[in-house]
Amino acid sequence: MERWTIEDVAQNPERRQLAAELLWQLADDDLLMGFRDQEWLGLAPHIEEDVAFGSIGQEEIGHAALYFGILERLGFGTADDLASLRSVSERRNSVLIEQPNGPGHYLESPRYEWAWTIVRHYLHDVWEMALLTALTGSVFEPLGDAAEKILREKRYHLAHQELWMRTMAGHDADSRVRLEDAWRRAQDWAGDLADLGPYSSALESAGLCPGVDSVVRHYHERVAEMARVLGLPEMRMQTRENGRRGEHTEALQQALDTLSEVYRLDPTANW
Amino acid sequence: MLAQRVAQILQEVGDPEIPTVSIVDLGMVGAIQADGDRVLVELMPTFVGCSAQRIIQDQVTEKLREAFPTSTVAVRFELSQPWTSDRITKEGREALRKAGIAPPGASLDDVECPFCGHSSTVLQNLFGATSCRSLYYCSHCKNPFEAFKPL
Repeated sequence: MERWTIEDVAQNPERRQLAAELLWQLADDDLLMGFRDQEWLGLAPHIEEDVAFGSIGQEEIGHAALYFGILERLGFGTADDLASLRSVSERRNSVLIEQPNGPGHYLESPRYEWAWTIVRHYLHDVWEMALLTALTGSVFEPLGDAAEKILREKRYHLAHQELWMRTMAGHDADSRVRLEDAWRRAQDWAGDLADLGPYSSALESAGLCPGVDSVVRHYHERVAEMARVLGLPEMRMQTRENGRRGEHTEALQQALDTLSEVYRLDPTANW
Repeated sequence: MLAQRVAQILQEVGDPEIPTVSIVDLGMVGAIQADGDRVLVELMPTFVGCSAQRIIQDQVTEKLREAFPTSTVAVRFELSQPWTSDRITKEGREALRKAGIAPPGASLDDVECPFCGHSSTVLQNLFGATSCRSLYYCSHCKNPFEAFKPL
């Protein structure tokens, strides 16, 4: 099979732009997911969950750093700049991922919602795993290698969210109501999650992402199976803004302001 | 041979989180290329987001520069061959056990207590103090302990 190296892609403008379209989505989803996870530090339901979410968040940011690192090698600028300095309209994460953990602010009266956090993270994990499984067969070698590696870690994230989903579904009436409420709310934000955006068919025909349709189908099947097992309604995913096209909500600007506050003080500083 | 000398030097570099276990025994060292002019070492990250990577890279570079002052030294993390937990050597598994960390089993249920060796252990938290470790409890000797995640 033909495999493209960094140089093969960096020197071909069409391949370079296409590969970047996919990498922005992967990198931005994981960066924002990791950021939202980290906002739970010190606030998670119990101490062991604090440790777990700290770890998961660190891994999400680490995965984002790997994707941004590939973009850096393709000549798009340094990974740190790409993570911290790009504007809202340049971001390609799903609007689901940018939504806050709940009302309030992490420094002041946070009234974060655990069920919402878990449902959102679960959907992210199912989508990324479906996508990465296909990307192990990508024509772009560094992306295939990254997918192979990250998949092995992601299955632990998914196992963790699934454990929480089952726990909340069966624990008591209160946890059940919270889970159902979060599940219903998530469907109004998740419409752009399992969407590769305007370049979807080009990504497939170039071999960058093999079998886009089956990735999307696999994602929906897995979510539907979870709904069936837990007795939750079928999720009808929709969204007003589409993050894959650079359309975002106010929540993203707020997140980026906090995320890059220190970096923007002096982008040339050596940390 | 030069490459063997490089490997010997890398034996002295420990994981910053578990200093008694060398990165060679953790299976993190991939290809080594060395001739008179240059020394090239490829490392494999255990977990992509592990914050110890930079420290390990710096330590390896420093040690090799000391040992080969006239050579160009390049040390980089590569993913072309993914690190898996079965790369940990027998010595590495023993060193982990001595540090109170159960070496990875075939699955999450296959974990022996590093203190008493009993296998009646219970997973308490998939995620521990670092990405590569989980928290367990030994029902036999009643000790909590950490275990390396199978990957």
